[in-house]
Amino acid sequence: MNIDFETHPKCYRHWRLSTAGQTATLTLDVDEAGGLFEGYELKLNSYDLGVDIELADAIQRLRFEHPEVKVVVMRSGKDRVFCAGANIRMLAGASHGHKVNFCKFTNETRNAIEDASGNSGQRYLAAVTGACAGGGYELALAADHILLVDDGSTTISLPEVPLLAVLPGTGGLTRIVDKRFVRRDLADLFSTTEEGVRGQRAVDWKLVDEIAPASRIEEAISARANAMAETSQRPDDAKGIALGSLDRVFSDTGVLYSTVAVELDRESRIATVTVTGPETDPPASADGLAAQGDHFWPLRAARELDDAFLHLRFNERDIAVVQLRTEGEAATMLAHDAFLDAHSENWLVGEIRLLWKRVLTRIDLTARSMVALIEPGSCFAGTLAELAFAVDRSYMALGPFEGDNRPEAALTLSAMNFGPYPMSNGLTRLQTRFLGDGAALQNAVHATGKPQDAEDALALGLATIILDDIDWEDEIRIFVEERASFSADALTAMEANLRFAGPETMETKIFGRLTAWQNWVFQRPNAVGEEGALRRYGTGRQPDFNTERI
Amino acid sequence: MIDIDTVSYDTKIPNNVGLSEDRRVLKALEKWHPGYIDWWKEMGPQGFQDSLVYLRTAVNVGADGWAKFDYVRMPEYRWGVLLAPQEEDRVVPFGEHLGEPAWQEIPGEHRALVRRLLVIQGDTEPGSVEQQRHLGATAPSLYDLRNLFQVNVEEGRHLWAMVYLLQKYLGRDGREEANDLLMRRSGDPDKPRMLGAFNEATPDWLSFFMFTFFTDRDGKMQLESLAQSGFDPLSRTCRFMLTEEAHHMFVGETGVGRAIQRTCEAMKAAGIEDPNDIDSVRALGVIDLPTMQKKANLHYALSLDLFGSEVSTNAANAFNSGIKGRYHETRIDDDHRLVDDTYPVVRLVDGVPTVVDTPALTALNMRLRDDYITDCTRGIARWNRIPANIGINFEMTLPRQAFYRQIGEFANVRVSPEGTVIDDATWAAREGEWLPSADDGAFIASLMHAETEPGRYAGWIAPPRQGIDNLPGDFEYVKIET
Repeated sequence: MNIDFETHPKCYRHWRLSTAGQTATLTLDVDEAGGLFEGYELKLNSYDLGVDIELADAIQRLRFEHPEVKVVVMRSGKDRVFCAGANIRMLAGASHGHKVNFCKFTNETRNAIEDASGNSGQRYLAAVTGACAGGGYELALAADHILLVDDGSTTISLPEVPLLAVLPGTGGLTRIVDKRFVRRDLADLFSTTEEGVRGQRAVDWKLVDEIAPASRIEEAISARANAMAETSQRPDDAKGIALGSLDRVFSDTGVLYSTVAVELDRESRIATVTVTGPETDPPASADGLAAQGDHFWPLRAARELDDAFLHLRFNERDIAVVQLRTEGEAATMLAHDAFLDAHSENWLVGEIRLLWKRVLTRIDLTARSMVALIEPGSCFAGTLAELAFAVDRSYMALGPFEGDNRPEAALTLSAMNFGPYPMSNGLTRLQTRFLGDGAALQNAVHATGKPQDAEDALALGLATIILDDIDWEDEIRIFVEERASFSADALTAMEANLRFAGPETMETKIFGRLTAWQNWVFQRPNAVGEEGALRRYGTGRQPDFNTERI
Repeated sequence: MIDIDTVSYDTKIPNNVGLSEDRRVLKALEKWHPGYIDWWKEMGPQGFQDSLVYLRTAVNVGADGWAKFDYVRMPEYRWGVLLAPQEEDRVVPFGEHLGEPAWQEIPGEHRALVRRLLVIQGDTEPGSVEQQRHLGATAPSLYDLRNLFQVNVEEGRHLWAMVYLLQKYLGRDGREEANDLLMRRSGDPDKPRMLGAFNEATPDWLSFFMFTFFTDRDGKMQLESLAQSGFDPLSRTCRFMLTEEAHHMFVGETGVGRAIQRTCEAMKAAGIEDPNDIDSVRALGVIDLPTMQKKANLHYALSLDLFGSEVSTNAANAFNSGIKGRYHETRIDDDHRLVDDTYPVVRLVDGVPTVVDTPALTALNMRLRDDYITDCTRGIARWNRIPANIGINFEMTLPRQAFYRQIGEFANVRVSPEGTVIDDATWAAREGEWLPSADDGAFIASLMHAETEPGRYAGWIAPPRQGIDNLPGDFEYVKIET
């Protein structure tokens, strides 16, 4: 089955999105029978990937289509339950690979909520009016403010450890101590108390921000939403742009978008992703941008690249190596970067830059070996050059290729390589690349705007290996074949270790711990063995644990 | 000073759990007690708090004479902590610990489960007292007034029973939960009781009788299952509670029965043969039988909801852990583990209620509900003898279990009492035939007037065949003015 990441509010089965002035409401009302796969019912507002795909879509649309929205209220459409978290039977029945990718995607979605709030002033309020457990509480944790109904019975909880022998999979443990500053001993109590915490204690422990009695909950929600809207800098009078459906064609051998092509060589387990740079000049003014709407190349390419990587992650799991290529006129690409730089105060430009930031982070976090092929006629300039810094290594063509009349390979930096697209560690890719080597970073800054040929790029540390046309094909073939022969697990682990040098942030901790601890726990017999907690869940039978501490 | 208080306090609480030697629990109960009395005064029966009521008080757990009858003011009722005698060498009778010695303390791994069960059971006890608090003003007789108060004080004692277990076995968590049991209020939007049926209004005495027949019978089934528990103090507590619960169901069954009897007698006397000639029957000042059927439909459906989802992980966990068994567990002839068994569950398959074999462990709510339905059916059969004996052609029936459900498999479909899935329009058109309407409620309310003379009974209800404690029906069960 092909999992499709494109959707639209008209097609939602689990969420309702409505806006009224500066407030939007995202109502979770999961269709029990609407699971993405067979074999489970999405009871009690529990979710699977399909539910989260809709959420990710809604968050994205709110940013582009509703610039007037300053606060988003997340709430439940069901009585007495906010959200019961990820569906346990879905998890129990899913392959390890699906679980890992599911958790990664849901984490990216929650990060997108925090990005909307932190960087684009669209604040999130979680209005918890019923039981809120596990992933449900983690969803609330992504919001700026959690308002909990105080009715003597509604609880928030992270019951994963006592109930399921796994960990909260969407950053719950990290966010309670790193974002909400819950004291570690109280966090320990909370995370081992299956029945959770309610009322004033939830406030005292900093697990929620506010409680309100049931009879005044609507009043409290709207008062808080209004107060949060006051803190937003979003424009009052901007007009949103519609995000139309993606221009794409799936085939046996890949996917063809308007600016991105994915070609699959399943036998060699290689995917080649080619991005074609902009073909026309950027508009003269911000008004011209609004007229182009979702056709504006940087927006279109970012959406297509995002969809392509999600497709590879979920639907092409056997692919070992992703080769990233670009084509087009570097000058036109740089002109677009100049536009994005010059109009950074424009709300839509701001959103497009932030979208690129998220898409590039998604690429950083993709568990495939990635290589950039910087060839004659390529367009590794500015924003697209960032792809060459996201991958594990790059190969750059040296000199002209015989029988190829395209321009020699070059790599050009722009202002976009020095700030707007930080990685999850908070540094730019070049800062991370040149960690501890300020001189190298300065040299790169000085090279801004000037096309660098292979030898210059190598000297600047911007390319890994340079090859002339005699060696090019063989060297790359051998590299890819060798890479594909290594253990996929070892590669995933090694790449994740090397990609994120530099400081830890909440985001790196969340992904790092997900990859290390959660995925470890998910593999252990205590969770997934025949007698483990996930397999036994719902049968009434107690799990049989191996008690050895490791 | 403290010693004197302790002794006098202890003597105020009849108990067979050695409270005077258990200083930790005694202290906890001492702290809880004033809050309980405040709750009783605020939320217990409205009025009559200074009246002398002829009540039975549990004073012992022996087979002969566990209760003694006397006049008492309700706030001075001696709510006690009484457990059925400990059986020697009792073992866990079911689940994965089958055959192991029964636990005298809660095993740590079952703490959350036991806490949840105790809190949910405990929450229903004060809930029903709150629902019934205004009924004293319209009691059809002093006999019925006494029965109401007996039920109320015993629900209060059942709260004590759960609170004792919470405080004795669940430490600080238990004490907090015990306090919260006094904070929630039936029907209060801000702090409702935990289960839906305990937030519904009990608007009149017919509702009260239906409630004690149907909803207290759910309580009985729950207590029967908990009485099987491998956690011995819970088992012993529930076994003793069941001796009291029987009276509550007696009040319900005889209350509805007496209303049916009075209606049939009045119809016979007036020469009305057709039970559906509602206007003529109502003109006699009695409740017509179809309206009683509608009341029964409502209370039955609400009570079925109390059993939870048909397929339930919690129920499976509770059984497998040895905490909550089945009705008459030890009399069932099987392996008492159920790991590989199945049980037929009525589920909604393609819009049609269909029997599906389901893993038996997860189907325990369904099984208990089936036992409950059997129990209800017997009571209905006893009611039906009354019109038959008087010569009125009418039979009460139980609707199919998919009718008017808010929880579980049938929560989102409209189903007729006969079990047919119907559309919203049909439901809207026929709801009034199946469930009491506002007009029905108003008519019943018009009959609700207090009778406070000993031996006098409101016109809509027949006197009991005999009184309480072998006393006559015209005994002064409640001395209203003292």
